[in-house]
Amino acid sequence: MIKFENVTKIYPGMSSPAVDNLSFTVPTGEICTIVGPSGCGKTTAMKLVNRLIDATDGAIHVLDERDEMSNVLEMDPIQLRRSIGYIIQQIGLFPHRTILENIGTVPQLLDWDEARIRHRAEELVTMMNMPVDFLERYPHELSGGQRQRIGVARGMATDPPVMLMDEPFGAIDPINRNILQNEFLRLQQEIKKTILFVTHDIDEAIKMGDKICILNVGGLLEQYDSPANILAYPANEFVEDFVGADRALKRLNLVRVEEVMNSRPPLLQATQDVKQAVGFMTEKKIRFAYVVDAAQTLKGYVRVKDLKGKTGWVEEYLEPAATSIQLTTNLKDALSEMLVVDYANVCVVDGQNRVRGLIDTKMIHESVIESNAVAEGEEV
Amino acid sequence: MKEDTNFWQRLRRITIKDMMSWTVIPVLMIIVSVLVYNRLLLTIEPGSMEANMLGSYEIGFKRVGDAITEHLRLILVSTSLAIAVAVPAGILITRQGFRDFSGLILGVANVGQSVPSIAILAVFMGILGIGFKTAVFALWLYALLPIVRNTAIGIEEVDPNVIEAATGMGMTSRQILLQIELPLSFPVMFAGMRTAAVINVGTAALGAFIGAGGLGTFIIAGIPLMRDSLILVGAILTAIMAILVDFILGKIQDRLVVPTASA
Repeated sequence: MIKFENVTKIYPGMSSPAVDNLSFTVPTGEICTIVGPSGCGKTTAMKLVNRLIDATDGAIHVLDERDEMSNVLEMDPIQLRRSIGYIIQQIGLFPHRTILENIGTVPQLLDWDEARIRHRAEELVTMMNMPVDFLERYPHELSGGQRQRIGVARGMATDPPVMLMDEPFGAIDPINRNILQNEFLRLQQEIKKTILFVTHDIDEAIKMGDKICILNVGGLLEQYDSPANILAYPANEFVEDFVGADRALKRLNLVRVEEVMNSRPPLLQATQDVKQAVGFMTEKKIRFAYVVDAAQTLKGYVRVKDLKGKTGWVEEYLEPAATSIQLTTNLKDALSEMLVVDYANVCVVDGQNRVRGLIDTKMIHESVIESNAVAEGEEV
Repeated sequence: MKEDTNFWQRLRRITIKDMMSWTVIPVLMIIVSVLVYNRLLLTIEPGSMEANMLGSYEIGFKRVGDAITEHLRLILVSTSLAIAVAVPAGILITRQGFRDFSGLILGVANVGQSVPSIAILAVFMGILGIGFKTAVFALWLYALLPIVRNTAIGIEEVDPNVIEAATGMGMTSRQILLQIELPLSFPVMFAGMRTAAVINVGTAALGAFIGAGGLGTFIIAGIPLMRDSLILVGAILTAIMAILVDFILGKIQDRLVVPTASA
């Protein structure tokens, strides 16, 4: 848990505060994204927690390893920083040290022995889906995305309960950023850290945050709530402008495919007779159908016009499916995937590529209309 | 087939770049040395004034060897002392609270650098007397500026994000200096030491004016006696030494390049 209580920061020689009477609480195990325009003091607010900047007034309490709330202003800054994970935008990996030494920075400061550091580093690198021999490399030998993963691993080295992340995926291209975001969200399911996550990108804030803290210029808190509530009920005009006119569309980010898909789609078995398959499709009034094997694994699809008047087995007329979507994908990514391959409906599969459902553009459309109706306070 | 192409490409790269850089300077220096030996030293008549100055023909110009040793000793002692003072000074002016003094310290070092070396020798001869000590002092003063300046620049140039990450992870400022700033700025610091050492090879030739010995001895002896061979032996050997010191330290410097995160 991280608790801000009436925290104010006024830089020396400035008349107006950078952070103004800020109060909010990040519950244990949640990600809170701090977002706002430049000059809103979001990075300042974050740095107050590990005392890279000291607050002028107020108190910040952090739940420590002994499960006690302690006021950071009463702690030794060096000890405090070693107990909080810290990940910054430019990563700040030490270029003259190997990946092992980089990840081992805080453990080494805490006098862990070498074997324990190596063991932990191997564990983290594996967690980040990277080979263990990366540990002997130097940062310049890694790609930007790989370096960012190492930056995250370094922040988690001592398994700190609280982590601060300052635009951790900001310097990466959009494709890799998306991958890293998804990876991190999956990881967070397991590690359940309490995280303060600074970003200037409202889409990232919505995607990553369990809570969003929207700041205005001068460090004023405009709204602190869950992404769904902020999109549905913006507290004021500023928040409404900031989340954008497409906030209904943004809600697509919050809904996962499995919540709206058709979980009992019409499917054909690869070993089915063609005539039987044509009968099935005619009855269901569909022009094509996805084909699975005995284990429900997606094999491809067949079109009714290709099967008509033919004999044999369905698998002889299979066409490979251009894409499939994972259960946990959000509707926005699903829609964009469908637009890319120009399919009106797509198979939803689980981790083992087993078909679990079907989603089409109409279902996504309905979901938008529903959420709009909720936001406008109308009856659905 | 592909292996072969790679092999030849690699070989060509080595031939053109590495072999040139490793051999051209030393080979040139050997040729010049042989020429000096044949054209100057071998033509000196045994028992002549030059032969006596250079350490006599019979015992193999012992004084040339002595002068080279003296010269190297002047440079080694003065540059080491300069490093011992200039590196801490350079570090100090990058510390919070001492930054205001950076102008002062760089200014003092600048004065040392801009006053002509012969004038420094003359002034301090009056205070410290003649001989080795005075020459070392003047050379020391000369070597300060490049080292102070490069130490400070090297440290200031360390990526602020790296420093911020280190601070944010709970390193003390002492740990940041020793584990991050100094290792990362060492190549730039070393470049300053190289500059200082090379400047000092040339300046040390003036040490002979105040009886500190070294290769300058032959030059200042040769001028009033109008013996070109003496002047040339001193001048050419000083030049060769300067080029070789620069070459060797340059090779070491190439090895020091720290891999950058932005590569």
